[in-house]
Amino acid sequence: MLFGLEWDTSGPLVFAVSILPILMVGLWVTIQATVLGFFVALVLGLLWAVLKAAPSRLIAWPAKVITEFLRDTPLIVQLFFLYYVLPEFGILLPAFMTGALALGLQYSAYTAEVYRAGLEAIGPDQHDAARALNLTPVRTFTHVIIPQAVPRIVPAMGNYLVSIMKDVPVLSVVTVLEMLNVGRIIGDRTFNYLIPLSMVGGLYLIMTLVASAALRQLDTRLPKQGIPLK
Amino acid sequence: MHWTEYFFPLLQGAWVTVQLTVYSTIFGAILAFAAGVGKVSPNILLRGISIVYIEVFRGTSLLVQLFWLYFALPVAGQALGIDLRIPPVVAGVLALSLNIGAYGAEVVRGAIQSVQQGQHEAARALNFSPRQTLTAVTIPQAVPEMMPSFGNLAVQNLKDTALVSLISLGDMTFRAEQLRNFTQDSTTIYSMLLLMYFGMALILTAMMRALELRVSRWRRAGA
Repeated sequence: MLFGLEWDTSGPLVFAVSILPILMVGLWVTIQATVLGFFVALVLGLLWAVLKAAPSRLIAWPAKVITEFLRDTPLIVQLFFLYYVLPEFGILLPAFMTGALALGLQYSAYTAEVYRAGLEAIGPDQHDAARALNLTPVRTFTHVIIPQAVPRIVPAMGNYLVSIMKDVPVLSVVTVLEMLNVGRIIGDRTFNYLIPLSMVGGLYLIMTLVASAALRQLDTRLPKQGIPLK
Repeated sequence: MHWTEYFFPLLQGAWVTVQLTVYSTIFGAILAFAAGVGKVSPNILLRGISIVYIEVFRGTSLLVQLFWLYFALPVAGQALGIDLRIPPVVAGVLALSLNIGAYGAEVVRGAIQSVQQGQHEAARALNFSPRQTLTAVTIPQAVPEMMPSFGNLAVQNLKDTALVSLISLGDMTFRAEQLRNFTQDSTTIYSMLLLMYFGMALILTAMMRALELRVSRWRRAGA
């Protein structure tokens, strides 16, 4: 029993059917953590990318060290750090929030690189052309750089969204009831790990296959020459 | 406990982490080459096996794979009447290698496909067998292309070893957890742990760079 839901262990198939609803509850938590973590990664990554491109080395250098550190240390350790150390400084977050924050922090180091690569892919001639047309730096950014950078950035970000989804099970170590944790609890209570854990694996496979198919579709539809303005 | 006293237990765990990283990177590289070459093989069976392997292990979470091997495999064995209980260290190395091997396979496939068509034609003109072409022409030119990605994967693998602490393997993260339970000194212990992983990643990156330089001379002259 979990959350008052009964399951039937009389046969493999009925067992699988009876635990599916509760696994779906876990799946929903997984999706929420993925989306929240991705959002944090997108925002923080942009911040790192801007800081790393700063003309002053006093700003750029610390940002480089921080992102390198975030990229080179394990997610699970960052998560433990946030979960046990933040409360010592009076910051009390629910486990789910801490988990999403850890996911976002780790992946912000990766998204920062995507932003940088996307912006650098736009050659200097575009900047020159914008200057020749007398566009202000702000208008250059909003009307020349952004429309061309976005189609380059989106596919790579999509891949990281899928990666974040695959890292959500790590959150189970701080008691988040995402799908793998639910599957494991079912195994603990019924002594049958095979069916719940295989179902978790199968559901993951379905989600990632669907997500990569959707990303491929998106990639073919993205305007490669940039988003047309008016 | 003074913070210097944390070093000894953490270093004991660090040794386990190093061993896990080395073994699973080596096994992972072997799997990566097998599946990467298999995916571009003309043999439909080999290609099918490689594709299924790559999709399954890239498409599911490493932690799911680890738990499946450690918790679910013995149950499957019981149902089949064979003993498939594996010790944590085997489950850990197996899950890490299978996972990183699937990612590496895509790198190997990409690098093989990046070798120019003219090279294959030249090999055929020189009467090389397909096997000779693969081992003497394609792979030596593809390996330098793979190295930067392999460097990233090795660091990824190092980070992934931290997950084996969840199946009670005494790696660095496991030791840190034990210390924290004992002393409650979370800030010091986890800061040390993060810095130790960072140091190990920097060393590993430097080693992979050195390897990259060594194999770069296999690159086609003038390329």
